[in-house]
Amino acid sequence: MNRSEGISGLRSALSRRRFMQGATAMGLTITAMPKFARAAAEEKLLNFYNWDTYIGETTLGDFTKATGIEVKIDLFAENDELFAKLREGNPGYDVIVPTNNWIPRLAEAGMLEPLDHSLIPNIRHITPRFMTDSSFDPGRKYSLPYMWGTIGIGYRKSKFPEPPASLKWLYDSDKYSGRISLMSECDFLLGMALKYLGHSINSADAAQIAQAEALIIKQKPHIKSFAEDNGQDLLASGEVDLVMEWSGDIAQLMAEDPDIGYVLPAEGGALWEDTLAIPKGAPHPQNAHAFINFIHDPEVNVGITNTVQYATPNQSAAAMMDKAYTQNSAIFPPEALLIKSETITYFGEKAIALRQEACTRIFAA
Amino acid sequence: MENWRKSPIVFMFTLLPPALWLTAFFVLPLSLLWLFSFGEKSGITGIDITWTLANYARALEPLYLGIFLKSLWIAGATALICLIIGLPVALAISFASTRTRPWLLLLIILPFWTNLLIRTYALIATLRGNGHVNSVLGWLWKIFGAQFTPLEILYTDGAVVTGLVYVHLPFMVLPVYAALDRIDRSLIEASLDLGAGHVRTFFTIIAPLAMPGIVSGVIITFIPAFGAYLTPDLLGGPDSQMIANVIDRQFKAANDWPFGAALSFILLYAAFFGLAMRGLIGRRAVMGRAP
Repeated sequence: MNRSEGISGLRSALSRRRFMQGATAMGLTITAMPKFARAAAEEKLLNFYNWDTYIGETTLGDFTKATGIEVKIDLFAENDELFAKLREGNPGYDVIVPTNNWIPRLAEAGMLEPLDHSLIPNIRHITPRFMTDSSFDPGRKYSLPYMWGTIGIGYRKSKFPEPPASLKWLYDSDKYSGRISLMSECDFLLGMALKYLGHSINSADAAQIAQAEALIIKQKPHIKSFAEDNGQDLLASGEVDLVMEWSGDIAQLMAEDPDIGYVLPAEGGALWEDTLAIPKGAPHPQNAHAFINFIHDPEVNVGITNTVQYATPNQSAAAMMDKAYTQNSAIFPPEALLIKSETITYFGEKAIALRQEACTRIFAA
Repeated sequence: MENWRKSPIVFMFTLLPPALWLTAFFVLPLSLLWLFSFGEKSGITGIDITWTLANYARALEPLYLGIFLKSLWIAGATALICLIIGLPVALAISFASTRTRPWLLLLIILPFWTNLLIRTYALIATLRGNGHVNSVLGWLWKIFGAQFTPLEILYTDGAVVTGLVYVHLPFMVLPVYAALDRIDRSLIEASLDLGAGHVRTFFTIIAPLAMPGIVSGVIITFIPAFGAYLTPDLLGGPDSQMIANVIDRQFKAANDWPFGAALSFILLYAAFFGLAMRGLIGRRAVMGRAP
C-alpha cells in the first residue's frame, strides 16, 4: 500500500458526518458529568488555604482521625495573594483564612459562600463580642473569627531602659536611626503613620494620606528596611532593635528569646482579626462547616493556640490556657491601650488606589 | 527531512506540538494581558476593555519613569560588572588545558543546581550585620586591636547589585566562552608572532571575533536583571524598589490589573526594541564585512 492511498483511506474513514457525531457525543457527556458528580455524597476531602505556621501541630491529623476527612493544606503569604488567586474563580478551596478587612471586599465581589450557623454548634464557645460587634461582617454571615491580635512595637529590651511605647520612635525620630524596621504592607505602613498624626487608621482622605506619606519619606533615611512580614527575624538576628510587627510573631519570638519585648504604642495600635470563611464554589461545603466547627472545639482550640501564640476568640479555650499565656501582655494587651486601638477595615477601591500610589511614591523616594 | 517544502507533513508533525504549546501558554495569556492593558477596572474584579490609553499614559508619569530608569541603572550596572568579571573568567577557561576545562565549567554551572531563593538567603546570611563578611572583618580588626563597627552592606542598592551579579554571572560566562572557543587559535599565534603584545592581540583580534558572544551575554544578563523581583525584595533597602516590584503590587495589593498589564508591556516593548536594535546592528556588521 503506498502512502497516498493510506492517507486518503484515513480521510474517508473520518468523514465529516462521523466527526460531527463523535464531537456531539463527547460534548453531551461533558455537560452531563458535573450533574452526576454533585448527586454523589461529598468525598472525604478538604482543601484548606491557610497562612504558614498558623495551625496546631496535630490539628489536621486529629480532624482526619475524628471524621475520616483528609485535609490538604495550601499556604499563602499575603491577603492579596489569596485574593488574586480566587479572583478568576475558586481553584477548589473549601476553607480560607482572610484577614477581617478583606471580608467586605470578598463578599461584595461575590466570592464567599454564606455560613450555615446551624452546622457550627461550637459558635457558643466564641466570645460574644466577636459575634455581635463586627462591623465588617454583620451577623457573621460570611466568616467566623479564627485568631485576633494587634500590630504594635517589638523591641530588644536590653537596648531600651524603658519600653519605647510610642509611634514617635518609629515614625518621627532619628534617635534609633538605622535600627528601625517598618512593615512593607501598605495598609499598616500608612495606617500607623495616620494614627501617629492623630487621624483614623482607615482614613480615605487624600490630604491626610499625603501628610502620612510626607512623614514616612522624611523618616526614610533612618529606616533600615521595609520588612515583608519578616520583621521578627530582623529583630532576632540583631539587625534592628525596633520593629513594627504582628503581635503573634513577636510573642513566638519572646518564647525563645527573653530579651524581646512587645508593647502597644500610647497612640494605640492596630487591631485585626483573621477569619475562617468558605469561598464560593467550594467543592466540599459540608466538610468545610465540619472543619470550622472542629477548630472551635475548646480542646482543639487550645492545641492551635499553644502553637501559634495568638489571641484566641474562643473564651472556653482561653479559660483552659495556662497563666503564661493569659497574662502575656503581647497576646492580651492592657484594656486601656486596646480601647485606643483601631480595627483595620476595607476602605473601598478608590481609597486603596490612593494609598497604593502613596506607597509607590514612598518606596521610590 | 532537509527541506520543509519536500516533506510538508513531517514538518507539520514536528512543528505542531511546540506551536500548540507556544500558542496556548504564551501567545494566548499574553494577548489577554495585552487586552487588559487597554482596559479599566469595573467593580472589584471586573475589567472592561475600553481601548483606553490611560494606563500607558499613567505608566509614563514621572513617578514610574523614575522607577524604570532606576531599574535600567541597576540592570546596566549588573551587566557591566558581570562583563568585567565574566570576560576574564571565560578567557581563563577557554585557554585552560583540555583536562581542567570541564571541571572549571562545572564550577560555573554548579550554582544553577541550587534554587534562586536559597542562594539569595545565603547572600543575606553572608552580608548582614552578624553575617560572614562582618564576622571575618571583625576578627581581623580585633587582631589589630581596633574598634570595629559592622559594615551596613545589606538592605542597600549595592546588596541588590551584588545579588543580581551573583545570580547572572554564569549567563555571561557561558556565551562568551562559547564564542571564544570558536576562535581559530592560529590567528592568535600569528598575531603574537608578528610582534603584537598580549593586550593588543586581545583588543584587536580576540575581542572583535568574540563580539557576538559578548553581546549575547550582555543581553541575557541585562534583560532578566531589568525585570528582577526577588532580589530587590529580599536584599534591597527602603528605596531599592524596582519596576517588577511595582508591577507585583498592581496585580496584588492595588488590584489594578489593567495598570499592571500596561507596565508589564512597556517592559516587553523595551526588550523587543533592544533585541531589534541588536539584530539591525548585527546585520549591518555582517553586510559591512562582506566583500
